[in-house]
Amino acid sequence: MNQDDIRALVITAIQSVAPEITAEDIEPDEDLRDTCDLDSMDYLNLLSALKKSCGVNIPETDYPKVRTFTGMVDYLNKHLT
Amino acid sequence: MARQSFDIVMPSLGADMRDGTLTEWLVAEGDHVSKGDSIAVIETNKGAIEMESYYSGTINRLLVQPMLTLPVGAILGTIDADSNTETDAEENADADIVTDNEQPVSQSISPPIHNEPPIVPVVSTAPATETSVRALTSQRLASPIVRALAQQQQLDLRGISGSGPQGAILLKDIQTLLQAQSAASSPSEAATAAPSSKAVTPKTATSSRDSNAMREAIAAAMEKSKREIPHYYLSHEIDLSVAKQWLSQENAGRDPDDRLLLTALLIKAVAILLPRFPALNGHYLDGRFEPAPAIHIGTVISLREGGLMVPAIHHADQLSLNDTMLALRDISQRSRTGRLRSSELTDATITLTHIGDRGSDSVFGVIYPPQVAILGFGRLRQSPLVKQGQINICDTMTVTLSADHRVSDGIQGAKFLHALSQQLQQPELL
Repeated sequence: MNQDDIRALVITAIQSVAPEITAEDIEPDEDLRDTCDLDSMDYLNLLSALKKSCGVNIPETDYPKVRTFTGMVDYLNKHLT
Repeated sequence: MARQSFDIVMPSLGADMRDGTLTEWLVAEGDHVSKGDSIAVIETNKGAIEMESYYSGTINRLLVQPMLTLPVGAILGTIDADSNTETDAEENADADIVTDNEQPVSQSISPPIHNEPPIVPVVSTAPATETSVRALTSQRLASPIVRALAQQQQLDLRGISGSGPQGAILLKDIQTLLQAQSAASSPSEAATAAPSSKAVTPKTATSSRDSNAMREAIAAAMEKSKREIPHYYLSHEIDLSVAKQWLSQENAGRDPDDRLLLTALLIKAVAILLPRFPALNGHYLDGRFEPAPAIHIGTVISLREGGLMVPAIHHADQLSLNDTMLALRDISQRSRTGRLRSSELTDATITLTHIGDRGSDSVFGVIYPPQVAILGFGRLRQSPLVKQGQINICDTMTVTLSADHRVSDGIQGAKFLHALSQQLQQPELL
C-alpha cells in the first residue's frame, strides 16, 4: 500500500464518522480532532474504522503520534509494512 | 375477556413536539407485536424515531400511508390488545396509543378500498394537507396523500402516469419519480452519502434534520425550564487522576472497539449513586415530585449538524461498565445516523451533559423538564491541587449539578457531588 492509498484510507475512515468532511477540509498538520470537529467518541470510532480497514490497532499511548492527518498517515505507513 | 381495540396515535416525543411525519410502518396488518416492539418510524425535528407499541396485541388496521405529517394524537392505526395487557395499558396514560373512539376523527375514516393503499384522513389540524388538496384540482385519480405530496414537491399530477386502477397515481409512482429526480439533479450528493444510508427513503422524508425546528424545540424546552424550575447550582472539583490512570491500564490491552471512554465511567458512577439520592432522580409533574423507581440516564449527544439529542440509557445502575460503554456507543451512533426509540427520548430520569475534552472547564446545565436535575461534566484538565499540604498536578474535572429547589436543597446536592467524588476514587469498583 503506497502513501496515496493510506491517505485515501484515512479520509474514508474520517468520513465514516464525519460524513460532511471532504479531503480539502483536512489541514494535514493541524490537530485532526479540531479540524474535523471530532469528539472522543468520534475519535474512537475513527480508530475502530481504521482497525477494520487496515488492521492497525493504534493504542492510547500512541495517540500523540496520530494527532494530525500527516502523523496518522506516517504511523499507518510504518505499521503496515 | 374480549379483546379491546386501541388507536395507535402520533406520539408526543416531548412537550415541545406538535407534529410528526409517519415515514414507515414496521408492521403489517395482522402482525402480532409485543409491548415495546417498534411499529413505525416517525420523523420529527429530532430526526427519525422508532415508535414503540405500548401494547402486546395484533395490528388491526393501518390507516395512514407513510409520508404524511400529522399532529400529535392523530390516529395512525388500530391494534387489538391481548387481554392480559390491559393492565399495562391503563398504566400508560400518556402512551402512544389511546383508547378507541376517544377522538371523533376515527369515525371519518373510510374503509380501505380494495387494491388501493389506505386512504389518509385529512385531519383538520393539518392545514398544509388540506390546502394542498384543494389547490390541486387535477382530473387525475390520486389519494389525498399523493396530492399532498405532489403539492409539497410542486409536481403537476397531470404530467404523471399512474400505475393504479384506472391510471390512479399511487404513492409509489410519486416516490419513484422523486427518487429519479433527486438522483439526476444531485449525483454528487448521492455519491457522498454515508454508505450505511440506503437511498430508499424519498427526499421528502426529510431524513436530514431541520436544524431550525430543532433549535426551536430546544428553545421551547429550555424556556419552560427557566420559567418554571427554580434552579440551584453547585460545582465541585473532582480529582480524576486515579480514574484516568485506571482507565489507561484497562484500555491498554483493548482494541478500539472495546475501549472505554471516561464518560462511561462517569455515567456508571452517577447511576450507582442515585438510589441513595432519590430527590435528584425523577419527575416534577402536576405540582409534585415523583421519584423514579428506575434509573434512566439521559445523555446529551451533540449532533454534527448542530443541535443535540438526549436519549436515555435505560437501567444504567444495572449495567456493567462495559455494557454502559456499549450503550453509550449505541445511542451516540443512533442519535446521529440511526434511529432512536420513542421511550429513549421520553423516559430519562436525570440528564448528564459532558462538554468534552475540547470544551470548557465547566458546564452548568439547564434542567430538562419534567426532570429535576442535570449534571454537567467539564473538560478533563491538569491543574494543581493541594493534598496533605503539598501541591500536586492532577487530572481534574469540574462537575456541576443544577437541581430543582422545589424538590431538593443545596446540601443534598452537595452530598451527592461529594459522594460522586469519593466513588470516582475507586474506579475498579465500578
